[in-house]
Amino acid sequence: MNTLVANAPIQKVATGIKGFDFIAEGGLPEGRTILVGGSAGSGKTIFASQFLAEGIRQADQNGVFVTFEEHPADIRRNVCTFGWDIAGWEEAGKWRFVDAARDPAQEMQVAGDYDFGALLARIEHAVNTVDAKRVVLDSIGAIFGYFVDSGRVRHELFRIASALRDMKVTAVLTGERTSEYGEVARHGLEEFVADGVIILRNVLEEEKRRRTIEILKFRGTMHRKGEYPFTVLPREGIVVIPLSAIELKQRSGDIRVTSGNAELDRMCGGGLFRDSVILVSGATGTGKTLMVTHFVDGAAAAGERSLLLAYEESREQLGRNAIGWGTDFDRLEREGKLRVVCEYPETAGIEDHLVKIKDEIEAFKPDRVAMDSLSALERISTGRGFREFVLGLTSFIKHKEITGLFTSTTPTLMGGSSVTEAHISSITDTIVLLRYVELFGEMKRGIMVLKMRGSRHEKEIRELVIDEQGMHIGHQFRNVAGILAGHPTQIAVSELERLDELFPSEMMR
Amino acid sequence: MSKYLLRLFIAGHTARTERAIANIRRICDQDLDHQYKLVVIDVLERPQLAEDQKILATPTLIKELPPPLRRVVGDLSDRDRVLVGLELAIQDTQKGETP
Repeated sequence: MNTLVANAPIQKVATGIKGFDFIAEGGLPEGRTILVGGSAGSGKTIFASQFLAEGIRQADQNGVFVTFEEHPADIRRNVCTFGWDIAGWEEAGKWRFVDAARDPAQEMQVAGDYDFGALLARIEHAVNTVDAKRVVLDSIGAIFGYFVDSGRVRHELFRIASALRDMKVTAVLTGERTSEYGEVARHGLEEFVADGVIILRNVLEEEKRRRTIEILKFRGTMHRKGEYPFTVLPREGIVVIPLSAIELKQRSGDIRVTSGNAELDRMCGGGLFRDSVILVSGATGTGKTLMVTHFVDGAAAAGERSLLLAYEESREQLGRNAIGWGTDFDRLEREGKLRVVCEYPETAGIEDHLVKIKDEIEAFKPDRVAMDSLSALERISTGRGFREFVLGLTSFIKHKEITGLFTSTTPTLMGGSSVTEAHISSITDTIVLLRYVELFGEMKRGIMVLKMRGSRHEKEIRELVIDEQGMHIGHQFRNVAGILAGHPTQIAVSELERLDELFPSEMMR
Repeated sequence: MSKYLLRLFIAGHTARTERAIANIRRICDQDLDHQYKLVVIDVLERPQLAEDQKILATPTLIKELPPPLRRVVGDLSDRDRVLVGLELAIQDTQKGETP
């Protein structure tokens, strides 16, 4: 019998925590005891509560919450914002507290040898009463504060952990950590709950808070490695953001869609690839928002739906601009061809924005997503967080076979490149540059396709003219050099001839 | 009418349990003039009582009467600590002074 059990593969219990089951490759190992370590404020209690709450809501598995730190009344109140009705579940016999929190009225004197038989009996009683499949102990470090003899406490916790295995419940034990990158938990807790260890981190990086979750080990079963960012949202709780996770599944179709400008389509060798991400880079006023407008308009003309995420301008302003170029956003929205979401980047953290964007995409199911501008979101994020955001977003929209167009504002008027590009140029499939060209005391605009993955494209820098109908792509800038470097200079014809001699025609090919 | 009401929470009848019961009876007989009532509760049989009293460790001795309520944890082998924990130490010294 025992050998049979030992040979059986370990089943996983889907926690129901968004994104977590993906990095855990199915969930927590069933019937095992998992330590969740984290510093103060890292979200341990939320994770533990959500493990029970989603068990009740999604898996019809009841839960027992053994609390060593906060009183049940506080926990009930604290998780209200996530929409978990603990009191209701208690009444329905789905959730039960074992209150082991320290109470000043119950201070005790230790006189001789003891064990945690009473606590164990209470846990067993609670598990049997509600037929629990999930148990939480939060946080076990606190119990070391009640009893001086830490060796005894450790031994007794070990006994409880093995009793939990006998009860065939999946248990989450939380433990306090003193530093973000140090020992797994205080008091050597990981030693006796060795089935698995999860670390929650809340790191201050470039003056911004960044939450990550890492599965350190799952004994005898697989999981994804490394730190994954997560966020805590009202009404939802913890949402883990698996980044590179879906990248592998990206298909690269060869179906082309229009950019909304026939000439630009020609420059791109016949249009943009449907499941590709296009980055449009340019200084302020070079025509990025206009390109977004054409992109949306071209989609609508082809019967496609667009989601426009605007982080720089209000809905009214965007509408006015579009009308000025002959595109009626209001009409497109009424027809269901367009959804415009305007937000200030500063209203939320970058992880929250990503979750929100994904929700919008899931709800509206667009064929195209335009973001104006991506660089606005960079302001609110750390370099690493931003890269993860772009990775997460691009892999998500590619997976959905959505065409993505992101704009990026360069910090200087002439030439230059933004940090955004440095971060993401390798992730994007196509890069379109919009640049100012100063010639003979006049400011002109230039456009070029810098890169187009998987396709031939024009390499010329061509003139871009903007009028009431929108943008028009003209001829190549002749006899001008240094546009990309930001200092265009007119080249005399004789100089051109000299250059021609420098590069004989066969070498040009 | 007993002057002291004590409840002893135990987890099954182990050697430690028997030790605790023997120890508290000895202390009561010696120091409480037999005026006590001792109720032994096995948490394995009555887990809800342990829940109500929020008992963590066993054995746990609770002095309910006379107030204040006091708790002592362990097999009660350390007599002095039991008396301090139950706040019976003063009477103990008074007793020592009377004769």
